[in-house]
Amino acid sequence: MKKTLALVILVFLFAVQFMNSYGIQRFPKPEFESGYVQPETLLPNPGAEILAIMDIAVLIISLSVVSWLVIKKRNRNAVFWMSVFALAYFGFYREGCVCSIGSIQNVTLAIFDTSYLIPLSAIIFFVAPLVYTAFFGRTFCAAVCPFGAIQDLVAWSPQKLGSRLNAVLGVIPYIYLGLAVLYAATGTDFIICRYDPFVGIWRFNASFGMFVFGGILLIVGIFIARPYCRFLCPYGVLLNWVSRFSRKHITITPAECIQCRLCENSCPYDAIDMPVTTKNPEDKGTMARKLIFITFLIPILMLLGGWIGSKLHEPLAGVNAKVRLAKQILNPVTEKNQPETFEIEAFKSQGKQQNQAFTEASVVLHNFYIGGWILGGFIGLVFGGLIAGRLMTKHRTDYTPNKGTCLSCVRCVDYCPVKLPVIAKIESL
Amino acid sequence: MLCRGTILTGLAATTGILVYRSAKGGNCSLGSSCSNCSKSDSCDLPEASLFRQTVWQLDPTKCIQCGRCAENCVMTPSAVKVVHVYAMCGYCDLCGGYLKPDTKNISTAAENQLCPTSAIKRKFVEDPFYQYTIDEPLCIGCAKCVKGCDAFGNGSLQLQVRHDRCVNCNECAIARDCPADAFSRVPANKPYLLQGIEAKPEEKV
Repeated sequence: MKKTLALVILVFLFAVQFMNSYGIQRFPKPEFESGYVQPETLLPNPGAEILAIMDIAVLIISLSVVSWLVIKKRNRNAVFWMSVFALAYFGFYREGCVCSIGSIQNVTLAIFDTSYLIPLSAIIFFVAPLVYTAFFGRTFCAAVCPFGAIQDLVAWSPQKLGSRLNAVLGVIPYIYLGLAVLYAATGTDFIICRYDPFVGIWRFNASFGMFVFGGILLIVGIFIARPYCRFLCPYGVLLNWVSRFSRKHITITPAECIQCRLCENSCPYDAIDMPVTTKNPEDKGTMARKLIFITFLIPILMLLGGWIGSKLHEPLAGVNAKVRLAKQILNPVTEKNQPETFEIEAFKSQGKQQNQAFTEASVVLHNFYIGGWILGGFIGLVFGGLIAGRLMTKHRTDYTPNKGTCLSCVRCVDYCPVKLPVIAKIESL
Repeated sequence: MLCRGTILTGLAATTGILVYRSAKGGNCSLGSSCSNCSKSDSCDLPEASLFRQTVWQLDPTKCIQCGRCAENCVMTPSAVKVVHVYAMCGYCDLCGGYLKPDTKNISTAAENQLCPTSAIKRKFVEDPFYQYTIDEPLCIGCAKCVKGCDAFGNGSLQLQVRHDRCVNCNECAIARDCPADAFSRVPANKPYLLQGIEAKPEEKV
């Protein structure tokens, strides 16, 4: 019995050795005589889809409640506890994925790649905080984003950084946003997710590099409050710009500013614009010269930036899988134990032509060339805007939160002596 | 300067376009929903996925068993593990996925087993058939047994993303480094891409 079986198998093997389809039945299915019951292959289902809808509901409700607490109630304590809730729910329970910061990449990929269909939860996570910010300021940052919540918890001894340092470091989020959009649009990678410092904390599981990065940010966050929010967050760029148009943004004083200066040191994020009383107001000539300088500077910086970006398109494209494959085909790197890399092995087993690989890689490189121009131009514009912002001084009498950088944490409100019930009482006298 | 109305209109337009595209699904000329379509198993157009979440899965027909699944997953141990499709297994005494091919004395000693964590358990059924089961907590997803089974056996051992362990990252860290580009987003109601298995996924274990 065994010998004939072996012979049958040998003949079978010989006959099918030239087929390379997967999972060919080299050995026929046994017929069991002892009443053996074949076990089922157990395949656990992924989490229920209702969770995604719950996430959207919690997001909208949180945004609404926090906006109400910030604008109407102006209550720091309540906002703090909402941020703890956000930390627990969006951070530890949902393990921080999908988040609004990462949703930028999903939306970008959906725009540029028609075969990627973005789920509703990703769209809502991108759009909802922006809509609320357009009306109420960055209430999302205050107590809905888990990143902000965890950094807020460690901001024990915040130091002032000075406007120049704040401005220079404030360019980094623009660069991060530009690179994230470029890499998502070309379908290369989601770098916001890859270099997410806090996701390892939510999952209690991180690579060493991410653990160190997250740890450093939290330790730095003790002295420089919310370092990720202010100097890294790419979504913060969008929130910053949308928030500048919000009308119901939080104000330090509920009524008038009396310039008592008590709120000067109240903001851990250097987000309060101090009154600017110009002793010598600038004459029209200086203003005109400044404007002309800026008008020429910005396009020059954009062109320069775009040119640099286009020059960098090859190293930028180097991480794309198709480009890597083409490079490996051109310069095969062999190691002792491995005659060819896995990419080459997979490429050969899929039966593609080399020409096709080169064509695909050149399309990607071309996309990175155009993307490099756009990214560089964008960064040039950002630098131009930075210089323009520091040249133009805006006259101001009151202490107001900077609509772009204020994170609506409501800390400053408690420093302000102007209280509405007091005013009402005074007015009623 | 842009006013708030422009921003809100822009957001509404983006939302509208993306929602429409996700609700419509792939460019299917038949136009009907995927659940009614008889060709849905062989169709690789993306299914309408506005409310459908997608999960990551790897295609065993593309997999070259390189072993990166064990290294690149953000979870430790990896969420990718070996699944044994009993329906395809030949129950061989000399299992291509269990034993190393270059052993001197054929026995079940640990040095003869392909699996580095000894996650394959071998049990006698009846002469000459043996049952091989995967001890899941021990499996690290290194694909050594898959390679052996594919080369010398029926290919009943296949790597798959286990959805009780996968955290469904926005972008799968393994997917980016897979040399065979075997990872793709699949709809959450059809989360496994196994060869030779007809049964639907069981309830959550």
